[in-house]
Amino acid sequence: MATQQTRSLARFMMAPSVVLLLVWMIVPLAFTLWFSFQQYNPLNPMRDGFVGFSNYALFYSNPAFLQSILNTLTIVVSVLLITVIGGILLALLLDQPMWGQGIVRILVISPFFVMPPVAALVWKNMIMHPQYGVFADIARFFGGQPIDWFGQHPLLAIIIIVAWQWLPFATLILLTALQSLDVEQKEAAEMDGAGFISRFIYLTLPHMSRAITVVILIQTIFLLSVYAEILVTTNGGPGYASTNLPFLVYQKALLEFKIGQASAGGIIAVILANIVAFFAMRAVGKNLDK
Amino acid sequence: MARAVTTQHKTIATAAAWIVALLIFFPILYTIITSFKSEQEAIQGFNLFPSGTTESYSEVQAQNGYFKFFLNSVFLSVGSTILALLVAIPAAWSMAFSPGKRTKDILMWMLSTKMMPAVAVLFPIYLIFRDTGLLDSRIGLMVMLMLINLPIVVWMLYTYFREIPGEILEAARMDGASLWNEIIYVLTPMAVPGIASTMLLNIILAWNEAFWTIRLTTTEAAPLTAFISSFSSPQGLFWAKLSAASTLAIAPILIMGWFSQKQLVRGLTFGAVK
Repeated sequence: MATQQTRSLARFMMAPSVVLLLVWMIVPLAFTLWFSFQQYNPLNPMRDGFVGFSNYALFYSNPAFLQSILNTLTIVVSVLLITVIGGILLALLLDQPMWGQGIVRILVISPFFVMPPVAALVWKNMIMHPQYGVFADIARFFGGQPIDWFGQHPLLAIIIIVAWQWLPFATLILLTALQSLDVEQKEAAEMDGAGFISRFIYLTLPHMSRAITVVILIQTIFLLSVYAEILVTTNGGPGYASTNLPFLVYQKALLEFKIGQASAGGIIAVILANIVAFFAMRAVGKNLDK
Repeated sequence: MARAVTTQHKTIATAAAWIVALLIFFPILYTIITSFKSEQEAIQGFNLFPSGTTESYSEVQAQNGYFKFFLNSVFLSVGSTILALLVAIPAAWSMAFSPGKRTKDILMWMLSTKMMPAVAVLFPIYLIFRDTGLLDSRIGLMVMLMLINLPIVVWMLYTYFREIPGEILEAARMDGASLWNEIIYVLTPMAVPGIASTMLLNIILAWNEAFWTIRLTTTEAAPLTAFISSFSSPQGLFWAKLSAASTLAIAPILIMGWFSQKQLVRGLTFGAVK
């Protein structure tokens, strides 16, 4: 039993973290919410003032806004599909007995530690460059025409880069979950004559389900705010073809100084993240009860 | 009973795994290879065998002052991590050893702050930083990185501290140890591995953070993320130099990462997968 004294001490010890996070969360967010109902442009202060919901209305009327949301969701869903399916397959492969498993693991996990600007620039210049990139070399070797990735398929190119960064994460988590699967259970299933496919569907997949949920939720949080990869490759272009919501907010706020619109975009981003967070909290919260 | 593994099965698995692993690792490998080429060689088509020149490395330092950015990265990632630990250790300690009714709610709420998208607060933070003169200052950015990673640090420490048996603390209390003695002589030695893992993961996360570090700096406080991003402006094809800069930027963290795979799983899944 904790005494009254330890209780108040506990509160005192918790206070710095709680206060810091509270201030960090509420103060800037309140600013953003306030700005989102304002016309505010430091370059043109004449027309500043309260404008109600008109900044939000832009999400219906301005194609750039709608496209940026669509691009955001496209990036999230595509990368999730690639990394979860790829991650499961890779985890199954890496779980097999083999020579040099430690080194293979290290090679596979490495892209996750590469900082986003480096990953994006390496892919942009050395792999996907339409003239000198490795993909262009391969295409020419087979007598094909090199693809101008960032001109013709900018969003796809970004999805490939981001998927490359997150595939290791999914693989590592799923492999960890896979390795905690009871060997005896596996053997029992094998002895009962269950083939690889049915073993996978009825034993492995249910066992991995929580890890898969966690991978999806955590990646979604990060994928909703992909930024540096776009900044150093396409800069959102051509047009708005590869602009996602974070990038649009950055453009509106720091390049065009349309603070009201940028803030409305920020609030929309918060709402999107909250929908995800709601499910994430429930999944992680369940684990706490154990 | 160990499962019988045929050599054939093992050979196939080994070959498949190595091919896939090398393909995934290839962009990193090719960057390292290219960093040892001359600029001429770098754009002469696919070539896995560089001439071995190290001129790109010396040029990155001579022309771009690489070392300053590297030092900023070290200062920011280590500094923000230590700051976060100082704030988080007491909090995680109290939550793990004298949990109250609302401890779980507080933990969940802390986690929820991590889910707030950075862009939502970009302009207010920018304004605050500008008006307080913190723009492009190491201290300002250090505090920023500390705040971003604080929830993860609290969570990770909490999951480690929770595994320390409470009976040991009770015994110390019975022996008349004061709270601070309890922390310093009993808890700390048992908590060191957990704190070290948390530190390692947090340094990696802070080192690679690429939103605030790019937007809140210009030259003075700019770390490697901002330095590398400056290569994206069209200034000709300096691939060997870009590769050398990239290799130097990722090497320390890559090596740290290899040693922290387990902690990474635990830290990034908030203890949900171990």
